Amino acid sequence: MSSGSIPKGRIVRDPGFPTERENYLTTSKGVFSWLFTLDHKRIGMMYLVGVTVAFLVAGLLALAIRFHLLAPGGWLFNRPIFKSFTDKDPNDIYNQVFTLHGAIMVFLFIIPSIPAALGNFLVPVMLGAKDVAFPRLNLSSFYLWVFGAIFFVSALFASGLDTGWTFYTPYSTTTDSSVILATMGAFILGFSSIFTGLNFIVTINTMRPPGMTWFKMPLFLWATYSTSIIQVLATPVLGITLLLLIAERTMHIGIFDPEFNGDPVTYQHFFWFYSHPAVYIMILPAFGIISELISVHSHKHIFGYRFIAYSSIAIALLGFLVWGHHMFTAGMSSLTTIIFSALTFTVSIPSAIKVFNWLATMYKGSISLTTPMCYALSFIFLFTIGGLTGLFLGTLATDLHLHDTYFIVAHFHYVMVGGTLVAFMGGVFHWWPKMVGKMYNEFGGRISAALVFLGFNLTFLPQFVLGSRGMPRRYATYDPEFAFLHQVSTFGALLLGIGILVALVVLMYSLWNGRKAPANPWGGATLEWMCTSPPPFYNFDRAPVVGDPYDFEFIEWDNENERYVTAEPERKLAPGQKPEPVHAKH
Amino acid sequence: MSTLEAAEPDTHGHDDHGHDHPAFLAHHFDTPEQQFDSGKLGIWLFLVTEVLFFSGMFCAYAIFRMTRPDVFEGCSQFLNTKLGAINTGVLLFSSLTMAWAVRCSQTEEHKKLTALLAATLSCAMVFLGVKSIEYSHKWGMGLLPAGYFTYNPNNPHPEGGTNWLIWLCLPFALLLVGVVIWLVISVVKGNKFQTACAMPLSVVCLSFFLGVGLGTILESGEAQGGHDVAHADADHPAGAVDAAGSVVSQDETVVGGGVVRERLVKDASNTGLQDEFVARRTQMELATGTVVTDRSDVADAVSAVPQEVLTPSRAGVFFGIYYCMTGVHAIHILGGIGVLVWLLVRSIRQDFNRQYFGPVDYVGLYWHLVDLIWIYLFPLLYLIR
Repeated sequence: MSSGSIPKGRIVRDPGFPTERENYLTTSKGVFSWLFTLDHKRIGMMYLVGVTVAFLVAGLLALAIRFHLLAPGGWLFNRPIFKSFTDKDPNDIYNQVFTLHGAIMVFLFIIPSIPAALGNFLVPVMLGAKDVAFPRLNLSSFYLWVFGAIFFVSALFASGLDTGWTFYTPYSTTTDSSVILATMGAFILGFSSIFTGLNFIVTINTMRPPGMTWFKMPLFLWATYSTSIIQVLATPVLGITLLLLIAERTMHIGIFDPEFNGDPVTYQHFFWFYSHPAVYIMILPAFGIISELISVHSHKHIFGYRFIAYSSIAIALLGFLVWGHHMFTAGMSSLTTIIFSALTFTVSIPSAIKVFNWLATMYKGSISLTTPMCYALSFIFLFTIGGLTGLFLGTLATDLHLHDTYFIVAHFHYVMVGGTLVAFMGGVFHWWPKMVGKMYNEFGGRISAALVFLGFNLTFLPQFVLGSRGMPRRYATYDPEFAFLHQVSTFGALLLGIGILVALVVLMYSLWNGRKAPANPWGGATLEWMCTSPPPFYNFDRAPVVGDPYDFEFIEWDNENERYVTAEPERKLAPGQKPEPVHAKH
Repeated sequence: MSTLEAAEPDTHGHDDHGHDHPAFLAHHFDTPEQQFDSGKLGIWLFLVTEVLFFSGMFCAYAIFRMTRPDVFEGCSQFLNTKLGAINTGVLLFSSLTMAWAVRCSQTEEHKKLTALLAATLSCAMVFLGVKSIEYSHKWGMGLLPAGYFTYNPNNPHPEGGTNWLIWLCLPFALLLVGVVIWLVISVVKGNKFQTACAMPLSVVCLSFFLGVGLGTILESGEAQGGHDVAHADADHPAGAVDAAGSVVSQDETVVGGGVVRERLVKDASNTGLQDEFVARRTQMELATGTVVTDRSDVADAVSAVPQEVLTPSRAGVFFGIYYCMTGVHAIHILGGIGVLVWLLVRSIRQDFNRQYFGPVDYVGLYWHLVDLIWIYLFPLLYLIR
């Protein structure tokens, strides 16, 4: 617990600040030292830049959608400026914009965001390892991501894409838009995702340091591990589905296209067999981040460690059994729909276990309302709403009413944006000092958290109302009675955008003007806080001491140097045992 | 709390490896065992993804086999069981040589390892040679996926089509020429290492044409003796075949998306199209306010569909699945050839030893999986009667 001065007679461990030579950012210079690096930290940073760019592009597309829906007849794409450089119908532009928004957000941002960007940086450091098990595979998975992104962008410039991100047949086999380019992109991105997951499973299995048993792993690693299981088991099915879709378009193999005696519902089954577990690829790592954030910033041992760990695995496995709930109205037998509906409810149990454990962790903790904690708190609030509205959609009778309305849009944005994006931003703020070695402005960070929270709710709460009143999704125009709620939603989207912009400015500003970050700015007990900020090239000068990742007993606030240090009581040495080295470099 | 590791002196320097860190051990691993275990777990996980990748197609196979058993049994007659059986034998034998190669890499018998890897590669090439005979023969007959299906039972071997076999053999012929030129140059220059690489590789390239020859002999034997019998054997009434054939032959020459669609509209056996027309008509009726109560006409329309097998929309589905499954499998064979060549070069360089034989082991596991998938494909596609 942080209590002020350090009691006498303690061994103080603090790695201090890295030297120029051992800091991973400065150990070698030049563009090629980054492009061909095998260092997991640099690959993680490149991913971070990549997914952020993808996120900004897709975010701008989202704003474009909202501004088109400002007026019942459509506003933005009806402006003369659009008429001047394209002769496309405004409604067609709208279809292409929402498709690209969804596809880029899902395939290029949310799926790789936490596992590939933060996970790459953190997994080996949390394990006290030098690198992931297969560094070359790691780099190749980054370049696969880049190629996939290029395919998506070229789809945008070729002839657009208007199928929605799900590529449902038969529309995707008959439309003239560039489905093949986009599906090739998704296929390549799938392999990027598989390789990342495979790498993490092997790393966590074989490279844990001595003393770190499965139940002494930080919960972020448990979350990453279960995410990786899904990535390895589900993504190949997407791969073959998209390959068959490409074959269907080029050779008409007659599996999915009803015109050639194929079955479009088979496509939906194949697609959702991947894409429902993919929802958990998106949210599980966010759970891992929140477990870390809540515990560290409440300075209290995580409540129900084993329950949180097992619930991650449970979600990963149950996630494979519920894909049919996307297809309740697609013409399945009533028995099948009832079974899928019942299985869907089982997923809520492990999710609720997590939320309760986080709340119990905060109970009687000494909570510091730092920026990461503000994001973590808004995550719990938003994810709870997102999760509970999911029950409406899992219920057969209400789903028939709410299917394909704005209620669905609001629900999955509460989970994907309110859940994953908010956790991602919280995680970036939490580990930013470790990644770049600079502290950011706390006030600015909190402002961004507040703006994101407000803007988000303003955008998507009205959409629940819109949906339950019957506003269908994917429509470019609407009845005038929905105008007010749509305009509120558009205003909220603007606020949300400003909040994200503020966060970006705060982080960028810290790169130049930030205070030097100590090794342990928050008082965390996991291994990544035991090395310098930023970490040296091989992460640790010597293999770190492995203990309980949530034991804050010996983490003390050092008044003199204004940072957290590890201060353990001196122990009597057994005969012949060497004294532990003291890390401090003053 | 503390572990022994913490007290140990730092054995690994930052830039240079300590003397206990052999060259084959990557910097981030502590022991060769840890490196081997990581690789082994990695390759097994990769094989899991491969199985799941194929599972999508096996699933599609199961669905369509269940709904259209007659189509699958009828069309399976067109697959040459002899060629499939030869290929199965070749792949099984290559699995033996591969497993033997793994053993040799562990016992450091470098010469034998090189020979066995070359044997495995040659088997892979024979497999592809036989496969290209099968493919080119079917393409010539128009036995293609639904979009391009032009088979006409009255004229199974139309004259004057593209000779697909030449196109399939061309890249391999170029490869063979390239390797032989490389061999000659390296012999003239006296580069022993390159000669040692080019020699087995030219044998490997040559084996493709061994496969082609083998396939040609068996396929032509079939054509003289049992070809007509095999085609006539197919479980479908002759009259239905004629009807379907006449529909297909109306515009034999044009192959393309739009025309194919129009042609399929005339294809009475296409239940998907039938359903769509009925649905559209119903929709129109509903739009005009007609109350639709009796839907027996839908059931009648569906059950009245004649059950021919050899129409684009029916046989085409079987051939679509056939080409997808065997094609993806063939791509895996090509990938396997790539990594086996890499292993061959490394084995000539004598990279592998008692402590470091991981790559041979991993590629071996991959090769066995590719073999195993063929073991499933062969009976599922060729042996259904």
